Parts: sequence; C-alpha cells; structure tokens
Amino acid sequence: MGMTIAEKILARHADKTTVQPGELINAKVDMVLGNDITSPVAINEFRRLGVEKVFDRDRIALVPDHFTPNKDIQSAQQAKMLREFAREYDITYYFEVGRMGIEHALLPEMGLALPGEIIIGADSHTCTYGALGALATGVGSTDMAAAMALGEAWFKVPSTLKFVFNGRLQPWVSGKDLILYLIGKIGVDGALYRAMEFTGEMISALSMDSRLSMSNMAIEAGAKCGIIAPDQVTLDYAAARAKRDFTPVYADQDAAYEKIFTFQGEDIEPQVAFPHLPENTRGLSEVGEVRIDQVVIGSCTNGRMEDLRIAAEIMRGNKVAKNLRVIIIPGTQNILRQAIQEGLVDIFLEAEAVVSTPTCGPCLGGHMGILAEGERALATTNRNFVGRMGHPGSEVYLSNPAVAAASAITGKISAPREVL
Amino acid sequence: MQGMVWKFGNDVDTDAIIPARYLNTSEASALAQHVMEDADPTFAQKVTPGSIIVALKNFGCGSSREHAPIAIKAAGISCVIAHSFARIFYRNAINIGLPILACPEAAEKIAAGDEIRVDLENGTIYNLTSKETYQAAPFPPFMQNIMAKGGLIGYVQWRLQQQQ
Ligand code: SF4
Repeated sequence: MGMTIAEKILARHADKTTVQPGELINAKVDMVLGNDITSPVAINEFRRLGVEKVFDRDRIALVPDHFTPNKDIQSAQQAKMLREFAREYDITYYFEVGRMGIEHALLPEMGLALPGEIIIGADSHTCTYGALGALATGVGSTDMAAAMALGEAWFKVPSTLKFVFNGRLQPWVSGKDLILYLIGKIGVDGALYRAMEFTGEMISALSMDSRLSMSNMAIEAGAKCGIIAPDQVTLDYAAARAKRDFTPVYADQDAAYEKIFTFQGEDIEPQVAFPHLPENTRGLSEVGEVRIDQVVIGSCTNGRMEDLRIAAEIMRGNKVAKNLRVIIIPGTQNILRQAIQEGLVDIFLEAEAVVSTPTCGPCLGGHMGILAEGERALATTNRNFVGRMGHPGSEVYLSNPAVAAASAITGKISAPREVL
Repeated sequence: MQGMVWKFGNDVDTDAIIPARYLNTSEASALAQHVMEDADPTFAQKVTPGSIIVALKNFGCGSSREHAPIAIKAAGISCVIAHSFARIFYRNAINIGLPILACPEAAEKIAAGDEIRVDLENGTIYNLTSKETYQAAPFPPFMQNIMAKGGLIGYVQWRLQQQQ
C-alpha cells in the first residue's frame, strides 16, 4: 500500500520503509522552534534534563515575537531567558529584535523550513510550513525541550484527509478564503489528529505567500498539519533561500486517504469568520451590516508581502473611516523594509493607518492594539476566540487582507469592489 | 483519584483556559489563579483540589501553550475527561503528567457536581452520584511508558541513559 505525503515523511525520518496511521513512532526532526512564550518553559525543562549540549545548534530557532519589543517587565524577563540560553548554547538561529519577524513568516523567508522536512515548533501555527511540503506541526514546550536534547520527537502517524480544490479562483479569493471555507465546511475539529493534503487547480494557482496563509490555519480545523505537494512555485521559493539540502516528498499513486473532499471554485467567494470560532464562516455577500472599531492587517497568517501589496492597492488614495483604527503589521524586518521601498508604507500612512514593527502584538491580545469591552475588530489573523484580542467582551471577525483593507475605508465589513 | 465535577461545553480553547494576557509569566501558581477565566470568571476561586473537569468535544483547541495544562494541574485539578481533546493539548498533558481520558459516553452523561472516581490504568470511570460506569480506551503502551517515567522529561532522561 502506498503512502501519503505525511506518512512518507514520517517513515523516512523514523528510518522505516513504511508506517501505518495510528502507529506511534520516534522520528528525527530537521528543525525545532520556540518563541518568547513557549521557550522559557522549554528552557527550564531542558535544564532539568542535565545535558551539556543541544543536539544541533544549527537546527534550533528561537524567535522572540509575541510580546516583543518587550511590552512589560515580565515579558522582558522571558525574552532575556531566550537570549541567555541562545548565547550559552551557541544557537545559530536566535533572532534578536531588529533581525526578527513573526516566526512563521520568518522561517520560510530565511530558508529554514524546507520541502520533505519534519519541523516541530512550540507554537500551534508551525503547521504553516506545510505549504512548502514539509510535515510541520505544533507541539508543547516539553516536546521542544526533549527535541533540543535528542533531535527527535514522538508522533502518532495521522491518517490523511485530502482536499481537492477544482476550478478557478474567484476575484479577491486567496489561500485565506480557501482555508476559511474549508473550516466552515468541516468545523474546528473536522480534521482532529489528521494530516490534511491540499491539492487541485486552485492550489496550483496560489502564490507561495497565499499557500503559507492557507497551511497556517490547518490547526484551526484541529489538524496535525496541512501539506501542499511541492511544485515549481515551491521549489523556486525554497531553492532561492535554503540553508541546507532538502528532498521533496510526494504521495504515492496508491496512497490511502481516510476521506477525499472536493470543492468548486465557483462556490467560494471571500470568506468572513464571525465570533467566536473560525468555523463560523459566511461568504462575504451574506455578511450583512457589521460595523467595526479596529482593523488589523498582519500576523503569521497574512503579514506577508502579497498581503501588504493587496491592502495598499485598495487603500491607495483613500482615508481610514472616521472612528476606526487601522493597525498594519509587516511580518518580518525584510517585509517591512520592502514595503517601505515599494511605497506601501507611504500609502498606509497617507490613509492614516498605523504601521508597526513586526510582532504578534494584538493577534493574541498581547499588545499594540488591544480591544476594550464591546469593541469589534476585523483582523487578517487566524483566531477569533472569546477574548483573543483583548477584553472577553470584545469581538473578532476574520477575513483576507483585501476585505480588511476595504472595510478599513468604509468602517463596516465590505467587499473590495465597494471602494475601488 | 476521586473528585467533584466541573462541566464545560464544546471547543474550550486554550485562550479560555489561560488567556494570553497572563502569559507574560510561566510561573505555575500565577497561571493557576486565572485558570478557565474566560470560560468561567470565578472558576479559580471556586475550584477545590482534587476536582475533575469534564468537557465535551475538542477540549484545549487553539494554541500550543503548555501553560494550559500547567494551569489546570497547578489549580489542583486531578483529571480532565472529555469527549475528545485537541491534539497538542493531549500530548502536552501526557508530557507533563496531567491525567486525561477521552470518553464520549462519560462526557455526555456526567453532570456538573457529580462525584466521580477514575481508574486511570484501566480507563474506567465510576460515577458515584448516578451509579454509572463508563469505559475509556486505556493508553497504548508507548504512552504508558512515557507516563510511567513521570512524563516526557523522565522518559528522555531514561533514553539518554540508555544511549550511554
Ligand atoms: S501572529 Fe498570532 S497566531 Fe501567529 S504566531 Fe503570533 S500570536 Fe500566534
């Protein structure tokens, strides 16, 4: 019996010729990732192990991105733990403020997440790198500690769900909309413990940035990972950046899928997820009148170059609606810099939006745009749980950057064509 | 273990278990003061050591923060039973030694305030209030081995000794 991409990657990393869904294995990992929230716990656990060295100083990434630049004294203490650990163990890929970015925007950009690899990160959106054809999955801090020592982790081999997206992308539909649509169909636990594979004409038509935002939200369906088989788009992207050799992995012709879902392009318009779960999706035409107090364009889902370009295209020559705040957060230092060079930041400032240094910031209700009681935000982020962006009595709606930018101009959730 | 039940619904996410606004520390006792706060604002004050959380589908969905099971454990919760668990929460609980059981029947039938007893090794749950018994699938040997070593850190220490 053939193997799916996830099965094949796991088998290779466990030195096995084949694996079965449900099997529990130890597998080697190519990269271990942590951030300023999860790494302090991992560092304490790592020290408890009493080992002298990490398994490989070139295969650990420490990214202080959540509460940085440090938002308060306690966050400063946590960030300091990463910095000191990185120095003590001579970690190659520690990214200081000024060189950092939101981890899942940063690692692909730096060529540290590559096709065919296993990447684990103490952050649930590690699944983002599935867009590159990697088996990338979120784990906890103790997993991270163990992997920093051993270079491996335990896995339960997931069965795979295949999602085929046929037909053509409709206007303003991006990877974000495809994944929101999918989550709306199967629910926030619709892929629990499963691997997802995304394929079809619409996926092939997506840019790398758009694919990354799609795989980013695999976790929002409960999945272990959301993988897109590498094609020329992937290989060009990876080859231009790769910090090490890599081997793309493809599914066998006779691979066994637990279930195959097929979606049609004509059925998918831009999507909006209503509070308080990403599965509460509606097509943009069914949203109705939803007034908003804040728009956030950024995060590991939609803080990449393509996202900022789309937002700027829509905001060019317009002003942010009265009584509305717009916060734009480029994902990495490079993206920020390029946005300045391309004149996008000028467009945003001219429109009277705020442009921030890279940070997770408001995405998880950390800082840089927290909501008060009763306030409502439209965000290009990935979660709209109760209290996610601030007060438990606030609300978050999710959309793609085009809808967010258009809504920034009108003050209510709006379609891009309303302002163009 | 035996304790009184606190019942929760579907899709209790990690932001409800421990909101991100408290994640500027990883101190277990500080986290415990805010456990379940956005699902039940007074939970941390009401809950007594040994209590058991019973929830429906997809408990612990959302972020990978180990702070969630840490906060639950530090608040004195002895066990979490749910219809199903989000996968990262599930592995975190095993890795840090927080007892958890997935059992749809128990999750449906147990009510808030019931007194229940849990036999973790066999996966058996006794409802002392309603006099019912529910059976969860016991843990596979691979995971039992991790738990027998006191969690993942103990397991890794054992692995490292073996390598030498
Ligand atoms: S941007 Fe948001 S979802 Fe992404 S890593 Fe940061 S907090 Fe998590």
